[in-house]
Amino acid sequence: MSYLSRSPWILHYDATSCNGCDIEVLACLTPMYDVERFGIINTGNPKHADIFLLTGSVNEQNREVVRNLYDQMPNPKVVVAIGICATSGGVFRECYNVAGGIDKIIPVDVYVPGCAARPESIIDGIVMALGILERKRTEMISGDKGVQPELQQGGKAQ
Amino acid sequence: MISLIGIAVFILLAPVIGGLIAGVDRRISARMQGRVGPPVLQPFYDVGKLFEKEITVANETQRFYAFSYFVFMIFTGALFFSGGNILLVIFALTLAQIFLVLGAYSAYSPYSHVGAERELIQIMAYEPMVILTAVGFYVVTKSFDVATIALFDQPLVLFLPGIFAGFIYILTIKLRKSPFDISTSHHAHQEIVKGVTTEFSGPTLGIIEVTHWYETVFLLGFVYLFFAFSPIIGIIAVILVYLLELVIDNASARVKWQFVMKSSWAIAAIVSVVNLAALYYLRMV
Repeated sequence: MSYLSRSPWILHYDATSCNGCDIEVLACLTPMYDVERFGIINTGNPKHADIFLLTGSVNEQNREVVRNLYDQMPNPKVVVAIGICATSGGVFRECYNVAGGIDKIIPVDVYVPGCAARPESIIDGIVMALGILERKRTEMISGDKGVQPELQQGGKAQ
Repeated sequence: MISLIGIAVFILLAPVIGGLIAGVDRRISARMQGRVGPPVLQPFYDVGKLFEKEITVANETQRFYAFSYFVFMIFTGALFFSGGNILLVIFALTLAQIFLVLGAYSAYSPYSHVGAERELIQIMAYEPMVILTAVGFYVVTKSFDVATIALFDQPLVLFLPGIFAGFIYILTIKLRKSPFDISTSHHAHQEIVKGVTTEFSGPTLGIIEVTHWYETVFLLGFVYLFFAFSPIIGIIAVILVYLLELVIDNASARVKWQFVMKSSWAIAAIVSVVNLAALYYLRMV
């Protein structure tokens, strides 16, 4: 096990969520659940983050913001979509103004369903993301190109 | 005067001690907030992780500045622990800090720039008190050499209680603790993202973290000088001072930069003048 999975720093962004899932994400950091036990810190800075937690169905206003935040995170990185809006668009799926899920904008590694997602399942999702983070790091060291093209694509989009 | 052993011990042991202090700090802070907290070795995991990340820099000079910050902070501490001139130590400390500010200014990020400006304000705020501390040491011991000050046979804190209190006040700024963590903070969120360290990432941020460990050990060494007459009392005093900083950190909210500036200068002016005047008046020196 490398240091990566012992010290995952998260970035949390609310992409058109009703705020329900956000409150649950923040609940994970409170004394009740205290994810800092596992070295998890909420950074609020994409350049310091390893795990990108997203809630909400993404609208036209924050589509570019989500893309931009993702591009600013250094590799290896993973994306966790939290709540049913983030995983599929939920009840807003058919709305004209939403993208309908995070995976329409950036590649998602872990889906955590729920409305709102429970803190237990969010922690479960993050733990699952740690395994993917480890795998991405091994791929990065062995020179796998699976990570790089996304970055270039993002550069063009900007 | 310069002791090579002091330099070697500082360079090798300071990151270990500094990292452990940071780990215990986070653990105790968590307990104060009713949480379990991370393992004591967590800061080492964090830095190990940062060195495993991809190297992304805003520009090449940014890495140079971060590395200069690292080198000059080691230089500062090495000079201090080898018993060198305390004024040179203070100037080297300022130079190291200026490199961090330049690194933050080198990136085109408004958050980084605001952080750099606030870092400059912090430097202006604590600098007078640090220099007056050196002056206080000189007035009592008649020497600017750390080696001579450390060998002074009476407790310096009894001669310089006011200056000691003033130094503790600015130590909160130097350790980046609330209420004076205006340029960057160890705590999660801040109104200016991560301030001065916003644009540093991966291994470069790792270097800055390690530099901060060196800095912590150096600063606690400075506190130790006040109690250097007895090593045991000295170490106990250093631990108590750090615990006091932790309580202040957890019990207070961040203040505006204007207050940091005004209060630091006011306290530096009052305590040093009163303390030094009292020394002359009572003919203790």
